[in-house]
Amino acid sequence: MAQGPYSDKVMDHFMHPRNMGEIEDPSGVGEVGNPACGDVMRLYLKIEDGKIVDAKFKTFGCGAAIASSSMTTELIKGKSIDEALQISNQAVAEALGGLPPAKQHCSVLAEEALQAALEDYKKKQQGA
Amino acid sequence: MRPYFSEHFGNPSSVLLEEGAEPQKAVREARAQVAGLLNAAPDEIILTGSATESNNLAVKGLALANRQKGNRILFSDIEHYSIMHQADFLKNLGFEVDYVRVDAYGVVDLEDLKKKAAPGTVLVCVMHANLEIGTIEPVREIALFLKERGILFHSDGAGTCGQIPVDVADLMVDSMTVSAHQFYGPKGAAALYLRKGTALRPVTNGGYQEMGYRAGTENVPAIVGLGEASRIAASEMAERVERLTALGQKLWKGIERQIDYLHFTGHPALRLPGHVSFWIEFVEGESLLLWLNLNGIASASGSACASNVLAADETGLKASHVLTAVGVPPEICHGSIAFTLGRENTEAEVDFTLSVLPGIVERLREMSPLYQKALGGK
Repeated sequence: MAQGPYSDKVMDHFMHPRNMGEIEDPSGVGEVGNPACGDVMRLYLKIEDGKIVDAKFKTFGCGAAIASSSMTTELIKGKSIDEALQISNQAVAEALGGLPPAKQHCSVLAEEALQAALEDYKKKQQGA
Repeated sequence: MRPYFSEHFGNPSSVLLEEGAEPQKAVREARAQVAGLLNAAPDEIILTGSATESNNLAVKGLALANRQKGNRILFSDIEHYSIMHQADFLKNLGFEVDYVRVDAYGVVDLEDLKKKAAPGTVLVCVMHANLEIGTIEPVREIALFLKERGILFHSDGAGTCGQIPVDVADLMVDSMTVSAHQFYGPKGAAALYLRKGTALRPVTNGGYQEMGYRAGTENVPAIVGLGEASRIAASEMAERVERLTALGQKLWKGIERQIDYLHFTGHPALRLPGHVSFWIEFVEGESLLLWLNLNGIASASGSACASNVLAADETGLKASHVLTAVGVPPEICHGSIAFTLGRENTEAEVDFTLSVLPGIVERLREMSPLYQKALGGK
C-alpha cells in the first residue's frame, strides 16, 4: 500500500491511526507546531506510577505528521518516563520504515510533542 | 507518432535526402495544426520541448532582442515557476523585474499594471489562465493597453491552449506558450506562438531549425503528437467546453452544499471549464489528497507539503505563491485542493467524488486539534 514516497507503514498508520483521540483528565498534554508550517500535534498522556499507561493524539497535518503521531503513541505506551525520553525522532522515523527527506521534520515534531507533554506532566506534579 | 520512431526515422532537416522528406512533411503538418488551433500562421509557430522552454525562449528572447525599448520587465504575481524563476537571471543581465498584483479572485489588477508599465518597460508577462485557481485573465484588455505603448506582451497559454478557444489575433498577444500534454498530447512537446515581425533572440544556439529560433534536431514523434492533439482539440472544442462547464458546475455546487468552513479560490465565472478549486478550514491538503487518491480520485493540492514531498530537503516547504498572491493566509494554503475535470471524466465520477468528500473531511477534522478549538473545545 506504499504510496508515492511513503512506505507501507506510513500509509498504514495514516489510514488506521492508532490511539487517535483525547484522554479525559490527562496527566500531561503537549501541543507543538503551528498551522503556518502545516502541522499541529497534540499529545495526551496518562501516567501512573511513573509509567505511561495511555497515550492519545490529535494532529492537523500531512500524512507523515499523522503517521508520526500515531507511531509515537505506540512506542511510548507502557514505557517509563525515562524510557520515553530516550525515544528520538529517528526512532519514530525508523519504526515507520523511513520518511522522505522533506518529511523528517514530522518525526521531530512528534519527539517535541512528547517532550512537551512530559514537561507538562512534571509541572503538574510540582504544582500538586 | 509511432511510424516516426521507425520507418520514417529520417531527420527533417536533411532536406536533400529522401529519408528526410516524410518527417519534414509531418513536422510541417503538425505546425499547421498547432497554428490552426490558435488562429495563427504556420510560420508563427516555433516548436519546442516543453512549456518551460517556450516561456524561457519568449521572456529571454523578447527582452534581449528588444532591449532598445527598455530594460523593465513585469510579471504577474501568479506566473508559473518557468516565468518567475527567470527573474534572477534577467537581473544578472541588467534587467529590472517588477511584479503586478492580482485581486482576491486572481484577476490581474489592471490599475496596478498600468501604473507599473512605466516608460522603459520592454515586456509584460501575464498568463492566460492559472491552473492552480482556474482564473482566466483579461489578456485582450491588457494587450490593448500595452499595444498603444509599444510594450511587448507574452502570455503563458499552457492552461488554455487546447482547453478553451484561443485566438491569438483577437487576443493581440505578441507571443503565447502552448503545452501539448495539457490537452492530451505527449510530454516533451510544446510550442511558442510568435507574432510575425516580432524580434526574438534565440536562447539555444546552433543550427537553423525552427526558423533559427530553436536550434536542435526536432523531436518528430512528439511534434506529430502535438499536431494531432491540436487537431482533435480544435474539432472537439465546443463540445468539450460545454460538457466540462456543466460537470464543473455540478461538482462546485455539490461541494458548496455539503462542506462547511469552505472557500473557493479563483474567479467564480471567469474560469477554466471543469476546474474547481477551494480550501477547507481545519483540513490539511496533503492528507485530503492522499485520502482522495486512496478512493481513486486524483486531485492537486496547493499544500507545500504535498507538492514538495519529493524535495531533497525542507527548504522547498513554502506555501504556494499563487494562493499567497490571492490573499489566502499561508497556514490555510495547506488545505487547498484543485480538481481539474477532463474529457475522460464522467458525471458518475463527479457524483462519486461528492459522495466520499464529506466523509474524508469529517474524518480529518475529527483528528484536528484546530477544529476542536474552533468548536469551542480546548
